[in-house]
Amino acid sequence: MPDTQAFGLTPAPAPTGAGVRLPPPPGPRRRYTVLTRRDRIVLGLMVGIPVAFDLIFIWGPTLASILLSFTNWQGIGAITANNIVGLKNYQFLFTQYTQFWPALSHNLIWLAVFVFIASPIGMLFAVLLDREIRGSRIYQNIFYFPVVLSLAVVGFIWTLQYAPSGFINSALGFTTQTNTIDWLGNPSLNIWAVLVAASWRHVGYIMILYLAGLKSVDPTLREAAAIDGASERQTFFRVIFPVMAPINVVIVVVTVIESLRAFDLAFIINQGTNGLQLLSTLITNNSISEANLVGFGSSIAVVLLVISLVPIVIFLTRVMGRTDQ
Amino acid sequence: MTAVTNAGGKVAPAPRKRRIKRRRVVLHLFLITMALFWIFPLLWAFYTSLRPLADTIKNGYLSWPTTLSFQNYIDGFTNANLGYYYLNTMIVAVPAVILVLLVSSVVAFALSRVRSRINLFFLLMFTAGNLLPPQVIIVPLYYMYLAIPIPHPLSDNGLLYDQYIGIILIHVVFQVGFCIFVLSNYMRTLPRELNEAALVDGASVFRTYRSVILPLCAPALAALGTLEFTFIYNDFFWALVLMVTGSKRPITSALNNLKGAYFTDTNVLAAAALMVAIPTILVFVLFQRQFIRGLTLGSTKG
Repeated sequence: MPDTQAFGLTPAPAPTGAGVRLPPPPGPRRRYTVLTRRDRIVLGLMVGIPVAFDLIFIWGPTLASILLSFTNWQGIGAITANNIVGLKNYQFLFTQYTQFWPALSHNLIWLAVFVFIASPIGMLFAVLLDREIRGSRIYQNIFYFPVVLSLAVVGFIWTLQYAPSGFINSALGFTTQTNTIDWLGNPSLNIWAVLVAASWRHVGYIMILYLAGLKSVDPTLREAAAIDGASERQTFFRVIFPVMAPINVVIVVVTVIESLRAFDLAFIINQGTNGLQLLSTLITNNSISEANLVGFGSSIAVVLLVISLVPIVIFLTRVMGRTDQ
Repeated sequence: MTAVTNAGGKVAPAPRKRRIKRRRVVLHLFLITMALFWIFPLLWAFYTSLRPLADTIKNGYLSWPTTLSFQNYIDGFTNANLGYYYLNTMIVAVPAVILVLLVSSVVAFALSRVRSRINLFFLLMFTAGNLLPPQVIIVPLYYMYLAIPIPHPLSDNGLLYDQYIGIILIHVVFQVGFCIFVLSNYMRTLPRELNEAALVDGASVFRTYRSVILPLCAPALAALGTLEFTFIYNDFFWALVLMVTGSKRPITSALNNLKGAYFTDTNVLAAAALMVAIPTILVFVLFQRQFIRGLTLGSTKG
């Protein structure tokens, strides 16, 4: 213990936190402190510059979104006291803006489909393929292939399935103008059509994460369960699933965050309108468009931020807490 | 096939063995069905891309082909000048990936050298920033990009907006959070004695980073580099909002614009979409291990 301190790996003045910038402590300890003044400056810059960029380009805009949501600023000129409207944007958003509740419900549908269907399928694939079965690698490759594709490409690939003259209509025999199903244009159908495409990619992602988790499970646990006469199903639900708790948290967080970020597919198909409204598309459509309703769009961003904080906080406390041990 | 039945044990009675065999068959039937469902949209896109428009208009898309050719690929590539858009992407992706790896390894290293509450705070800050939906910050960011002056050689309109440097910057700032999280976990698994040895030898902090820690992180950096290249290549959102000049946009964002103007028919569009996917398909084929490692490094330790 004294050794590591002497080598300055955990500098003695650390409690103040700004240990990097403090001069070497005086007294007999001094000659052991290997971090020179220069080293401390270098370390300070190594952390300080990226922190500054992170604050300016991520956290600054986050804070600005919150502040702008209390104004009616339209993107031109300075923001003055006259622009401050208090909670009016929120009032309008929740009570009068007809796009908000559909968008929120689409985000929730997206979330529900990802959490209750796509992610469990990914986990199921992982469990089935994490065994010595013939062709396991081939199956894995097929399921994971969509993960490398851009959502823009995914959107176009699935358009070929859903188009009026596309595969699905042709296969169903709907080939005339009157009986084709407009999968992507019908506002009560298109969210589900898009969710199939989104899940196509999400399942592979979850499968990879879960496979990695399963590989890290101590094999003696399985052997012990087998000796005790547990069936495969029992082994998974009673033994493997509980020890996978940390990775399960990661899966939930990844799934929730992915559904809140949903944007690209909806935008490519119809710019996120007419049945495909999402909180994310409402933000850009209101604030960065001819409408220029910056303050109002920011209030939608704040709603998205507040929802996003739930998985983020879970991740930071559960996952980062674990790695910190 | 006999090798796989060892789960039942050597002395398993015959009926049980048969039951296991039947379950295997069911399992494979299930997996094959799912695999066909998974691969079908891709095969369909490929098939469509090989057919001339005249053929599909006459016979419908669900029909046997009369001719198959790569003509749609040639048309799509030359009409829309796709080569140019690949270049746009590379102008953004290559520096962005290098900077992401450089900055995140430096920060993760520095944070691992000085442990304190403040460092944990910074780590949380970087990680949380990466988890935010980009749309939460996009509105103020857009106006910042219109307001921040950038000198001429780096920006041809004097702003961050509508510039490669602006897109590179936001990719780096956003992605660094994830890589710092992964790399600082990775560096924790390196033996501490290495740092100590370097210090005893009188190496400076920078020297320790460059000559001791960085080489040891090579596997993690390769994995993250592959993953980040794919992420940045695939990005649609940043360039869509932070760039207005269509001809400057990276290929993924440009695809949407080119749709109406150059990819006049569905078959050419299918070819174009698959061409846009080629670099990521190469990642899938050539760097699969690194890609998967990159994805999973963040969720499991080491």
